[in-house]
Amino acid sequence: MPEKIKFFIDGKECLAERGQTIYEAAKANGVYIPILCHFEGLKPVGSCRICSVRVNGRWMASCTQPVTEGMMVENQTPEVEEYRKAIIEMLFVEGNHFCPTCEKSGNCELQALAYRYQIMVPRFPYLFPRKDVEAFPTFLLDHNRCVQCRRCVRAIETKDGRKIFAMKNRSGQVRINVDRKLAAKMSEEEAQKAMEICPVGAILKKEVGFKVPIGKRKYDFKPIGSEIEEKSEGVKNE
Amino acid sequence: MSKPVIATASLAGCFGCHMSILDIDERILDLIELVEFDKSPIDDIKNFSRPVDIGLIEGGCCNSENVEVLRAFRKNCRILISVGECAIMGGLPAMRNTIPLRECLEEAYLHSPTVAPEDAVIPHDEELPLILNRAYPCHEIVKVDYFLPGCPPNADLIWEALTALLQGRPLKIDYPILKYD
Ligand code: SF4
Ligand code: SF4
Repeated sequence: MPEKIKFFIDGKECLAERGQTIYEAAKANGVYIPILCHFEGLKPVGSCRICSVRVNGRWMASCTQPVTEGMMVENQTPEVEEYRKAIIEMLFVEGNHFCPTCEKSGNCELQALAYRYQIMVPRFPYLFPRKDVEAFPTFLLDHNRCVQCRRCVRAIETKDGRKIFAMKNRSGQVRINVDRKLAAKMSEEEAQKAMEICPVGAILKKEVGFKVPIGKRKYDFKPIGSEIEEKSEGVKNE
Repeated sequence: MSKPVIATASLAGCFGCHMSILDIDERILDLIELVEFDKSPIDDIKNFSRPVDIGLIEGGCCNSENVEVLRAFRKNCRILISVGECAIMGGLPAMRNTIPLRECLEEAYLHSPTVAPEDAVIPHDEELPLILNRAYPCHEIVKVDYFLPGCPPNADLIWEALTALLQGRPLKIDYPILKYD
């Protein structure tokens, strides 16, 4: 068995495989670190910074940073949690997030993070940017709700390995750009996969909106991350 | 000691949040033991008759009248609470915020398929409150003390907030009752 390395999250002793990221190792130890741009199985890019932790006074993205021996990670400290909350609030005001009208509501990861942190109102002014909605035969792309996580860019390809989604422009002008010819050929299954990859209601498969009733949606009763934390409680109770 | 006084208003809202206040069901009997209502659509009192402790605002500001009512509430209420998505972020009326006002009005009153061309006119009667360039969240117009999200907010959230305020204890929100939809 390969030798494990010891590290600490908020004082709790944890074990990690060599080369494992802080996020992955935390999860294996039953500690939830919130993520948004990262998705299981994709190469992490550390772009949204919601998984930020502090180590030795320095901020780092836990989805890309590997664990080192004896590392002391600050995760649920007031300062770290406040920093994450501010990012979530920024994402809300930078787009147009009208949750009551959104098909993803209840299953949306951005909204679920805001619920977990019990955000009542963003501290920043709403920007109400003018954005458009693009329609394709099997899905919609609503730029009002895109958080530029690049999950779709990383995960969605044609069978012969061509990218369908890409990033265009920089900074405040950044937007997802679609290869319209390839997007027009996306099957129902591919649209379904794209919708599932997208953390928010930016990519929506057509004709299935509001299918899951209120009370049956993913984040109606349990906060995002509780599946990881419950596992660790289970271990404790054994 | 006299009972704390509550006032409520619906600005650019749909009255759904007021419905949710009524959705506290039989607890409304407890509420009227605890408080008195002043200006509110619930009792149809039109003007403030005394200083108010808690003002509940539904809806954001879409026109000059909304702004006037909101300012009067701020002046008359010790604590002001934004109730619901429209008060907090403009809500559905704010869906026009990304489109210039002229374009919205022309689409609605001149070019919409249900407009008869001979009566096509953008309303401009001086009796009508002036429409604002966009819908504003209440806290962009006056200082707001607390926020209760939801469309409408869950009745249990409203109840918890009111009782916590009246009893002077911190708010305790159970996860399922805080929702944005
Ligand atoms: S994408 Fe999520 S946060 Fe945005 S409107 Fe939809 S449910 Fe709300
Ligand atoms: S469309 Fe969805 S998956 Fe793609 S970048 Fe935007 S939020 Fe992320």
